[in-house]
Amino acid sequence: MSHVADTPAQPIAFTRNAREALADAQLRRNFRGAMDALMDKRRNQFPDGDELERLRAFGNRVRARALSKLPDLLERLEANLVRNGVQVHWAETVEEANAIVHGIAERHAARKVIKGKSMVSEEMEMNHYLGARGVDCLESDMGEFIVQLRAEKPSHIIMPAIHLNAGQVAKLFHDKLAVEYTEDVDRLIQIGRETLRRNFFEADIGVSGVNFAIAETGTLLLVENEGNGRMSTTVPPVHIAVTGIEKVVENLRDVIPLLSLLTRSATGQPITTYVNMISGPRKADELDGPQEVHLVLLDNGRSQAFADGELRQTLNCIRCGACMNHCPVYTRIGGHAYGTVYPGPIGKIVTPHMLGLETTRDLPTASSMCGACGEVCPVKIPIPSLLRRLREEAVRAPAAEPHHVRGQGAKHSRKETLVWRAWRTLNTSPGLYRAAMYAGTRLRGLMPADIGPWTRYRSAPKPAARSLHELAREHLGEQ
Amino acid sequence: MSPLSSAPANATRVAPPLEAARSYPAKPADVYLFGTCVIDVFFPGAGMDAIRLLEREGIRVHFPQAQSCCGQPAYTSGYTDEAREVARAQLALFAGDWPVVIPSGSCAGMFRHHYFELFKDEPETLQQVASLSARTFELAEFLLEVCKVRFEHTGAPVRLALHTSCSARREMNTHLHGRALLAQLAGVERVEHDHESECCGFGGSFSVRMPEISGAMVQDKTAALKGSGAAEVVSADCGCLLNINGCFEKQGDTLRGEHLASFLLRRTTSASTGGVR
Ligand code: SF4
Repeated sequence: MSHVADTPAQPIAFTRNAREALADAQLRRNFRGAMDALMDKRRNQFPDGDELERLRAFGNRVRARALSKLPDLLERLEANLVRNGVQVHWAETVEEANAIVHGIAERHAARKVIKGKSMVSEEMEMNHYLGARGVDCLESDMGEFIVQLRAEKPSHIIMPAIHLNAGQVAKLFHDKLAVEYTEDVDRLIQIGRETLRRNFFEADIGVSGVNFAIAETGTLLLVENEGNGRMSTTVPPVHIAVTGIEKVVENLRDVIPLLSLLTRSATGQPITTYVNMISGPRKADELDGPQEVHLVLLDNGRSQAFADGELRQTLNCIRCGACMNHCPVYTRIGGHAYGTVYPGPIGKIVTPHMLGLETTRDLPTASSMCGACGEVCPVKIPIPSLLRRLREEAVRAPAAEPHHVRGQGAKHSRKETLVWRAWRTLNTSPGLYRAAMYAGTRLRGLMPADIGPWTRYRSAPKPAARSLHELAREHLGEQ
Repeated sequence: MSPLSSAPANATRVAPPLEAARSYPAKPADVYLFGTCVIDVFFPGAGMDAIRLLEREGIRVHFPQAQSCCGQPAYTSGYTDEAREVARAQLALFAGDWPVVIPSGSCAGMFRHHYFELFKDEPETLQQVASLSARTFELAEFLLEVCKVRFEHTGAPVRLALHTSCSARREMNTHLHGRALLAQLAGVERVEHDHESECCGFGGSFSVRMPEISGAMVQDKTAALKGSGAAEVVSADCGCLLNINGCFEKQGDTLRGEHLASFLLRRTTSASTGGVR
């Protein structure tokens, strides 16, 4: 995948992927069942609608405030992390981020990396990059471990293997790990854990993501349920955390509402099993912990979103996944069809900044604008409005100024522009509109029964014999 | 007390109202009706039934003949400039003080919320937008909250399912109003359907740009409606009805959704005005 601006980009084959996914009955059952369960769990965590609304408004303000002073907070974060003994690295692109991680690995002659869950490392395709340079990465999050065994990508940002059911995992473990076939979920988890266990001790480096980077104290906060995050960040001698520049918050107080929103929205848990707060490497008098801690802060298009007041709201995201759990499109096609690291509604609004609109041209269109995502987003990102805005950027003339989004005009078409101009003329010229309605209703018999994509699943709509304009005029008189 | 307090608890909604409860004016003598372009061409009967329902409550209805479309198709497709000019034409037509009643949550949402975005760079126009927004009501909301109607069921008892559009639910916040109106009718048993709060898959241009996904959604919706055991289907949005009815027809099913206004006019008398049909 290229991230260089001037390489002509191939659009993601979204419609083809979606078609294939829709035809996969197993996949659709898996997603529908899993999403239904996640929606129920979330709902049970927020029995009081008013409280939820206040909390969302609070979460939104905390994130908006952090973003309003992002450059300042990032500087404070760096200063406080450095004071705590953490080495901070800045990467504008995924290539730079990968090179930084590889550089650290080389200095330690590392051959083996154990990873906690990190979507930013997926964004970097870190496993691939390091693997090609002789450094093996092993995923230790159970879901990530499963998709790695299948040589797949995560299909959900919180639950990477949600597209699979227990039977599919049983078969995978049986084939790849040479263990007995069992669909007992507890036993499967046990098998995974046993396989992973020794790797924590053999690894030269542990890699993790970050949920919140706290500027005031120089603390990296990480939530997880399996304990693998804590193992990855404490057992190997070197810990590298990778995260996006937007993850910074001002202070520990700000984390409390966000954490509560995050875990309840994501998995319907009041709190995760583990909440790790990392404030530096092992100190002289301590018995464990890594000797070195690094933080790589990745931009990868985030500053493009940041530069625009409206699009900036994209960066409020705390990666809870609730928008995909509630999305009727995601529920039907699953995460892989998007062809991007971040699927679902958040993927549609954030990926265009990472890859440009040429590659992601179909993503903003793949929404009925039902608004379920915006309704559940715990930090109140107006996802439908941002989708609409990206549609606008995609159909604007490529050269029109000002230029906000890379790939502007990717869907610009002279023909379609003319159609909408004609539509405007029709709808702003009452005489013309009336004539068109008259003709349309009188010629209803000529309406073809097959009108392309619409009639694949529906019969063609038939205009009425007389329009409301006519009927109302008859009833109410000319007005 | 809001007439909504008698509405059944909403089991499907996942978040509470997006804004503070709206305050409503006293019942006016005159209203505008914005008919919407989908109703104009495909469901004019629903528009007429909305007019008659309002008249039954003793209200004079004004239908500016120069009205066309709210601008939403272009707006959601990203053709903002085109949408703005069409919106501007409507703004001028509904400039008086009367409330604007719209038998569609989605077009009402456009008037009430999205015109602010369209005219954000035109301070003078924004005043008109604010006035229009404050006067815009979805039909069910208007009947219940402003007219304070009390309807009585006539005819045989019926089991029906109500499909609420996403814009009524999430933009207009009127997802409970249709329920409350139906709850007034002793002869109506409203049955829930599976994934009731989920989108029917219409989404305007989405239905033709992403036909497979939209098709999968509407097939699930029609299956859920059929599975509910309802003999009739009603909705307050004709965009959804175009989609849902088209799918029923394609599947050879005889079930068809009708606009809530048509159902109410057909199956009720108004006790609020003592009026008959
Ligand atoms: S956009 Fe909102 S709902 Fe979606 S992952 Fe981000 S925070 Fe969660």
